[in-house]
Formats: sequence, C-alpha cells, structure tokens
Amino acid sequence: MSNSSSMFKSSLGKKLVMGITGLFLISFLMVHCFLNSLIFINDGGETFNLGAEFMAKNWVIRAMEIVLFGGLLWHIIQAAILTRQNKKARPVAYAASNPSANSKWYSRSMGLLGTILLIFLIIHLRHFWVVSRFTDEITSGRETLFNEMKEVFSQLWVVILYCLAMVSLGYHLLHGFKSAFQTLGWNHVKYNSMIEKTGMIISIVLPVLFAAMPIAIYMGLIK
Amino acid sequence: MSGNMNLTLKVWRQKNNNAEGKLVNYQVKDISPDMSFLEMMDVLNEQLIVKGDEPIAFDHDCREGICGMCSLYINGRPHGPKDRVTTCQLHMRSFEDGQTITIEPWRAAPFPIVKDLAVNRSAFDRIIASGGYVSVNTGNAQDANSLPIGKEDADLSFAAAACIGCGACVAACKNASAMLFVSAKVSQLALLPQGQPERYLRVHNMVAKMDEEGFGNCTNTGACEAECPKGISLSNIARMNRDYFVAGIASDN
Repeated sequence: MSNSSSMFKSSLGKKLVMGITGLFLISFLMVHCFLNSLIFINDGGETFNLGAEFMAKNWVIRAMEIVLFGGLLWHIIQAAILTRQNKKARPVAYAASNPSANSKWYSRSMGLLGTILLIFLIIHLRHFWVVSRFTDEITSGRETLFNEMKEVFSQLWVVILYCLAMVSLGYHLLHGFKSAFQTLGWNHVKYNSMIEKTGMIISIVLPVLFAAMPIAIYMGLIK
Repeated sequence: MSGNMNLTLKVWRQKNNNAEGKLVNYQVKDISPDMSFLEMMDVLNEQLIVKGDEPIAFDHDCREGICGMCSLYINGRPHGPKDRVTTCQLHMRSFEDGQTITIEPWRAAPFPIVKDLAVNRSAFDRIIASGGYVSVNTGNAQDANSLPIGKEDADLSFAAAACIGCGACVAACKNASAMLFVSAKVSQLALLPQGQPERYLRVHNMVAKMDEEGFGNCTNTGACEAECPKGISLSNIARMNRDYFVAGIASDN
C-alpha cells in the first residue's frame, strides 16, 4: 500500500518536501545573514574575511553546499510541478474574483515571489559565488570577498535590485515559514501564535539585515 | 433596508459540459430584500419561463443551510459576500439597489459543469467511498457518558463533521484543492475510537483518491477556511498531514 515512493508522488508528500526544503533554506539564510553581518563590525572587513575563509575551507561546509543546492533545486522543481498541477485543476478561470476577501496576496503569490528570488539568486551567485569558487582571485589572495562586496555594491542598480529582492524574500518567508509548520502538521493553539511571531520576526529581520549591507556599503558607511 | 431592489445579473449560461459557455445579462425588478438569493433566482427563472426562454439550472435542495447542495460563486466569492452562510441562507438585503451581481458555477476540473450553474460534485462521493466510513458495528445509541471519549475530542470531531460537502473550499482555493473537505472527513473519524482500526488506511486511500480525481494542491492560503459556510478549521488539514505521514512511516497499510 503506502510505500515511500507513492508518498512522495502524492499531493501531501510534495507539500512535505516544500515545507522541509523551505525550512532548510531558511536555516541557511540565518547562517548566511549572521556571517555577512560581520561587515557591520566595520573593521575593514577583517572579521568578515576570516569568516568567509573558514566557510571556504571547512569540508563540512563544502559538503553542505552541495546539500544546499540539492535542497534549493528540489524546492524549485517541486514548486514548478505543483504549480502546473494546480493550474490544471482549474482550467477555466472565474470572470469575477475577489480573493482578497479570503486570503493574503503574498500567500497566493509564492510562485511569483519565488521567481523573483530565483532571478535575483542567479545574479547574486554570479556576483559572489562564481568569483570565489571558479576563479583564483580570492584563494590567491589577490582579492578578498569584502573587497568584492564593496566593488559590487558601488553600483546603484545592484543596490536597488538587492533591496527589491529582499522585499520579495520578506513576503515569501512571511507565508512560507508558518505554512511549513502547517504542512508538517504542527497546528495547535498552544504554539500557533509562537510560530506566527517567529515567522514574522524572521521575515523582517533577515531581509532588513541583508538589504542594509548593500545600502551601507553604497553610502560609504562601511570602511 | 425597506425598498425593493432592481438588479443586473450576469449569469453563466452553458448548455452542457461540452458546450461553450458565456455570461448573459439579465434584469430583475422589484426584488424584496427579505428574499433569499435562491428565491431571487426563482423570480428570474419564472420571468424566463413566461418569456419562453430556458430557465437557469442551479443546484438546491433543503434551503435550510444544512444539505450542502446549493453552490454559486457570487461576485467573486463562493456562497456570496457573507461569511459562514450557504447561498440559500444569503438574503438580498446583503446587496444594494442597482448593483450588478456576477453569478458563476464552481470552477474546478474535477467538478464538470452539468448545465449553467450546476456542477457535478460526485468526485466528493467517490472520495468518501474510498475511506470515509467505519467498518465496525457501532450498535445502538449509547447511554450518556458511557463511551470513553474526551470532551475536547468529541467537540473537534463534531466540528469536523459539520462539513456539508458543498465544495466551497474547492471553489475558493486558487489551486482548486479539496484538502479542507478531505481533512474534515478524515478528522471526524480519526478523533473517535470507532475510527481507529482504519485510521491510517483511511487517510492513505482518501488522499490517493483526492489526487486521482485531479484536485489541486494546498498552499495554505486559508481561503477555504475563510469561505467555508460551516467554519471547518485548517487544523483539520494539519491533522490529515500528520496522519498521512504516520501512515507512510509507521503503518503496515
């Protein structure tokens, strides 16, 4: 009857994958945000570069990078499959629709918000990940990640793009965090408000800190 | 409140499931605010019959808000603008004189249109038949308090059992997902001792049937709960998720 493969093919199994990969990606964001916030120490990037070096050389982190890309891909592919199924389930649209009467716009726009994040991510990886992994700029010591950051964030369009992407991230997390717990079956009056508040804090603090980095560097506040 | 109303109605007309459908404009005059929405539809149909036109097909039965037969997507919301009511319990006082009202059928691939506003909701019956029952004899009605069921569980089970299977959850969901309906039918039995022997087989089979019928996937927007005329809670979906994963991990079924 129910074996593990049929479970992951089912609607509920796919939801479970979305929830678990989503929470895993949030855990990555927290580490990423903490490390990058080291630039706010404002010591010429010394502490931040130490952190970046640790992440680049630690084999556990290197292995987790592969898991991270796997999780990200799984999240994206599953979302695409689910979206296609959902569209098929309503082939004829309503002529008159009033969805704001029963749900929040961002909860209905996870696909759009996610697509914006994906486009951002491609640009973001090109800015930093490609330079640090596929060139010897940083390993050779000619360049540091901190200097790379200062260079990238000296362009206004990049700063604006990053800020817009962080707005998308905030709304994506605002629905995604609590939605993941509902999918995992964690719904109880005892802790529902705690999940909601934690989700709210995460979806404000992470994007605000992330957005503050390009803004602060562009304005020359980080020396 | 007092004066009667003149209204413009845009109603979905479709001969059968294979035919092309379209919205058709109708005028109704002198509608009492005390009429139910379905009585207003009756007035329109009488007008059409007198003119020799085909009356509009729509589902209805008890007109008491308990049978789950009436539907209608009214001005962009299932069962109209009021919360916690079925269309038959919606009154014309919820609208204004001169207003335009758009009336459409439930839109979902598993709910094919029979005619005009009537859709075939047999998919729900097939989901129930796949597991929404108990195979044990429960005997006669018990003496009060003789069954060991906690008050909280009894209340939750009763609240889930209030689902009338109207399909408003599917109609409201942007993904046409039936998870609120299925989770209510799973929960009402999962919370009671009589439902335990088949608990995990039931959730497995009902979810499989739901998927097979072609309903969409839940994205936790909460539209179903907000539009449900019986206030079925999203916590039922969480319970269904839990039971389904236990069925996948720990059950022999």
